[in-house]
Amino acid sequence: MENSHIVTIEGLVKRYPIGKGHFTALENINLAFGTGEFAGVVGPSGSGKTTLLNIIGSLDSPSEGSARVLGKSVGLLSHKQSAHLRKNNMGFIFQTYNLLPVYTVYENVEFPLLLLKMGLSDRRKAVLDALEWVGLTDKIKSKPAQLSGGECQRVAIARAMVKKPQLVLADEPTANLDAANSHHILQTMEKLNEELKTTFIFATHDDKVIKYLKRKITLEDGKVVNDEIVKK
Amino acid sequence: MTAIKLALRNLIGAGLRTWLNVFVLALILILIIWHYGIIDGWNRMAIRDMIAWEIGGGQIWTENYDPYDPFTLEDSHRVLPQSFKDEIEKGNMAPILITQASIYPQGRIMSILLKGIDPSQQVSELPTDKLLEGDEDIPAIIGTGMARDSKLNTGDYVTVRWRDVDGTFDAAEVHIVGVFRCDVPAVDNGQMWIPIAKLQEMTQMPGEATLLVTDKDYTWTGEEAGWVLRDHDYLLQEMREMIKMKKVGGSVFYVILMLLAMLAVFDTQVLSIFRRQKEIGTYMAMGMTRGQVIRLFTVEGAMHSTLAAVLGAIPGIPFLIWMEKVGFAMPAGSDSLGMAISEKIYPVYSIGLIISVMLIVIITTTIVSYLPSRKIAKMNPTEAIKGKLQ
Repeated sequence: MENSHIVTIEGLVKRYPIGKGHFTALENINLAFGTGEFAGVVGPSGSGKTTLLNIIGSLDSPSEGSARVLGKSVGLLSHKQSAHLRKNNMGFIFQTYNLLPVYTVYENVEFPLLLLKMGLSDRRKAVLDALEWVGLTDKIKSKPAQLSGGECQRVAIARAMVKKPQLVLADEPTANLDAANSHHILQTMEKLNEELKTTFIFATHDDKVIKYLKRKITLEDGKVVNDEIVKK
Repeated sequence: MTAIKLALRNLIGAGLRTWLNVFVLALILILIIWHYGIIDGWNRMAIRDMIAWEIGGGQIWTENYDPYDPFTLEDSHRVLPQSFKDEIEKGNMAPILITQASIYPQGRIMSILLKGIDPSQQVSELPTDKLLEGDEDIPAIIGTGMARDSKLNTGDYVTVRWRDVDGTFDAAEVHIVGVFRCDVPAVDNGQMWIPIAKLQEMTQMPGEATLLVTDKDYTWTGEEAGWVLRDHDYLLQEMREMIKMKKVGGSVFYVILMLLAMLAVFDTQVLSIFRRQKEIGTYMAMGMTRGQVIRLFTVEGAMHSTLAAVLGAIPGIPFLIWMEKVGFAMPAGSDSLGMAISEKIYPVYSIGLIISVMLIVIITTTIVSYLPSRKIAKMNPTEAIKGKLQ
């Protein structure tokens, strides 16, 4: 069973220094995520959701305990190794989309593939496929400033999915979207999760997202207070 | 390669900010190349004129002669040896006898160098054939600089006073038979040219000369007691030093211009890194290492100069070629600088000049772009993603 987990977290503690003391953002977290999960870490603001996601995404490291992601212990990775892990295996979706403003939709989605040094024709096909998944093939030449919030987030999904990563981390992906757009992008992600078997881990406190989750992990004050399968 | 591709996209995407920097850098590139082209053209022109008018293929001086010490003139004259006479006969050398004298134009006294030269010589471009015209007692030619200073013109008579070999003063009327235009002050300012035979007679130095100018296609390899060869390296040394000084002087101006342009690039970089923190965080989240992000920003900054070189070439090449054809008119009064300078200077651009100027600009821009980019290495990606100031 352990082998099918792409994320294993044991005794994870994360502290931030504040003045002479410290603030504990995460305390004794033990979790495991398997391939193809559509899971969410939910809880109020300041509960540690983003911190947990950052550690899983190897953007941050634990103060204590371990977080193994795709067989690599995040705390022991160098900056280069972390970058390599993210480049090859992870996609990120942010609350504020984080699209590159001077790039077109096509170029934004193409970006992760350029880092992977994929050939031009394969790259083109992958980008067009990704844009088709999110229904934005007609916006290829648009720049982020010309898109609506929902469209921007769909571009961000396409960018996260274009390299077909094993793990997608989405931090409050619907926080800036209206209900219709939220449902649209969640349906898109749900579809991709089913078709590509990509593991999705959300950090959210949005009920609209929570409704789509198959597994809900509730964090409160940096501790897991509930971990339940809500859908089969 | 990826960094270059991405940097180019970012630069072009940044719009006006990029094009302003590129415009300034392109302007500076063109100006520096043009300026150095002018100096190189001046150098080449000055050397060519000095060879044609003054130094030929080299000069052979009497051993005491020092052009900067007029007191040496008294002892700087010797009877021409037979070997020199043979070469003069063949047209390979022209003897020049120099003595100090005074002229009295319009009642004023003016110290000059009275130079005797063979009127039929072909070694220098001095129009000495004019000295053969007329049946004047003492015909003389002067340059435009001398004519301006002394207010003498063709056809004027002026009293000249000199001392002979024994130190006895004598005076006579000299007839100005020609005024020549020449860019070499050393044959013009404060000088009067008369036939050498006449000067030898006036100074009682028959068959003597102070120096000989050799033909530019002739090299003297012999040896004569009391005579020393001064080759191009020796004779042009000062000219080259002066040109070098002009280059250094000009460089100060361009260093200031470069500093302004570099300040613009530095400012753009600092602003970019400050404003694009979210983007930097996103790059890291997508798998770029800090080193790659630093490289991307450095390449982005450095590409300002590459773009400037490419885009600057569009107006720059026609402008530089046009200047090469029409020349640059020197401002009035520049002929009194004391060095060979023509009314127009035609710039000369060598490949070495263009490549070295471009390399200096590109390397400087790269360094200036790299310095603020190092801040990225200290950024926390989780904070950068949110665009939080760090």
